[in-house]
Amino acid sequence: MCVEVRAATPPGVSTVGDCSGVDRLALGPPSRNNGHVWRFLARRLVLAIPVLFGVATLVFSLIHLIPGDPAQTMLGEGAPQVEVVQLRRQLGLDRSLAAQYLSFLAGLARADLGTSLRTGTPVRREIRQRLPATFELAAAALLVALGISVPLGVSAAVWRGTAVDHAAMTLSLAGVCLPNFWLGPLLAVVFGVELGWLPVSGRGGLEHLVLPAASLGAALAAILVRMTRASLLEELDEQYVLAARARGVSRTRAVVRHAFRNSLIPVVTLVGLQFGAVLTGAVITETIFAWPGIGRLLVQSIGFRDYPLVQGCILLIAVTYVGMNLLTDLVYAVLDPRIRYR
Amino acid sequence: MMRIGGGIVGLVIAAAALGPWVVPFDPSAQELARRLEGPSVGHLFGLDELGRDIFVRVLLGARVSLVVGLVVVSISAAVGTLLGSIAGYCGGKVDEAISRLIDILLAFPGLLLAIALVAVLGPSLTNVVFALSLIGWVGYARLVRGQALRARTFEYVQAARALGATIPRILIRHVVPTTLPALTVQATLGMAGVILSEASLSFLGLGVQPPMPSWGTMLNYGRTHLLDAPHLTIFPGLAIAVLVLGFSLLGDGVRDRLEPGARRRA
Repeated sequence: MCVEVRAATPPGVSTVGDCSGVDRLALGPPSRNNGHVWRFLARRLVLAIPVLFGVATLVFSLIHLIPGDPAQTMLGEGAPQVEVVQLRRQLGLDRSLAAQYLSFLAGLARADLGTSLRTGTPVRREIRQRLPATFELAAAALLVALGISVPLGVSAAVWRGTAVDHAAMTLSLAGVCLPNFWLGPLLAVVFGVELGWLPVSGRGGLEHLVLPAASLGAALAAILVRMTRASLLEELDEQYVLAARARGVSRTRAVVRHAFRNSLIPVVTLVGLQFGAVLTGAVITETIFAWPGIGRLLVQSIGFRDYPLVQGCILLIAVTYVGMNLLTDLVYAVLDPRIRYR
Repeated sequence: MMRIGGGIVGLVIAAAALGPWVVPFDPSAQELARRLEGPSVGHLFGLDELGRDIFVRVLLGARVSLVVGLVVVSISAAVGTLLGSIAGYCGGKVDEAISRLIDILLAFPGLLLAIALVAVLGPSLTNVVFALSLIGWVGYARLVRGQALRARTFEYVQAARALGATIPRILIRHVVPTTLPALTVQATLGMAGVILSEASLSFLGLGVQPPMPSWGTMLNYGRTHLLDAPHLTIFPGLAIAVLVLGFSLLGDGVRDRLEPGARRRA
């Protein structure tokens, strides 16, 4: 899907994206034919299959990119040869590449991601234990981002060109430029240590969630402020808003009842598309705040050279990301009846 | 905006290039007796956990960030332009194959694949460059593919084809030049992204390894002394923020200049 996103320019994300791809989305006059939407979504689902297949292949190949003997690397240079041979057999590395690949795919079909080398427990169980924490953090970060960005973006658009607008844009720019691995520790020192208001590590009550969520949500909020502002400004110039104003509708009502709702559509889309950035950011945020989620599990398993667990975490995050993108398409189609797909 | 961004980037480049020659400190010299000492006239940014001058290490860290950014963006842009222009211009099965590869790589959220790759290949500057380039080319390829699809329909491109020009010649002489403005914008903004990514990897211990100074590594080590010596964290973090800000402003400015149609409503 290609959605034109003009107002947000996070580092590394270009706004000059290719909008002439296979899956072109266009806004047009209202269409009574919802079949277009469903056909588009069915097509997106079908297209997701080779992508997921490719993701699985890439994740499978990770272990084969390890320089030298993967089993030796995982156990360390000084490991006894017997253990190396045993691990090689356990991981199936003594079989042909094709057999390993088929076995990997068959395992995935049964949701069998292998066994953690460090704990000896199934990767699936390790991930299942950590998953709720990551989703909790990601959801909280999205809430923080929306809670900050929507009021700020709307204010900036309504009071365009004023000090409010400039302040909102400056904050947004700062949020985009501040790395979360810097912001997180600083927030921890100020609110956790100096003021003593909030805990700085671990998972517990709501108070444990505040600092990690704020740290993770800040960059997304910064992007969304710009998006909300630009989107609302565009809607405010639309004929239907002018018509409403001409009919005597107050400016506040025109903004709240008419323009605001429509302006949220690209914002919702961007939230979906940015979910991957939130998941990646969670790897760092969870490390900083000792949050027991998938991100921290990934970093820990990298440290322990527990590659089956690394593969499991990477696969899960990538599949979640693909799923979120699909969901975004669905939400977009439901939210905007003007959409026609061709 | 472009001037401010350009000024910041220019200043950082000059500081990175000349700074270590001007500042009278060896970045590896340790004064263990004065470790964690705060900023002073002698040491503007203070001393780190091994008593090394943070200012000179921040300047050297700028070199790492700029070089990694430049190399990764250059490789990504070159590979992305090559594959994107071939996909867009040739179409058919070639386009289908390249587009599916792009889709697969895009299925990994940004930095995640780089983390995975560096995790298996081992932490080093070379592997960071390789991993970031491997995920970086995709954005350029998508962009150039779109531009090439459009350029294919231009009359002068069709005329060149009718006159018997070969595909490489058409791509180099007619298609790729049309993509340059958009590529320039993407590359400038891409620098900011790569600098953040390199710092993230180094922060996680997967990037540049000590004793080579890198802003991400400095932040990682500084984190353990956040309470007793916050200057270890503050200055490298500020440096990252300033350079990313510079490239973001520069990128926005370049876009406004080269692609007036994309100018945001201000």
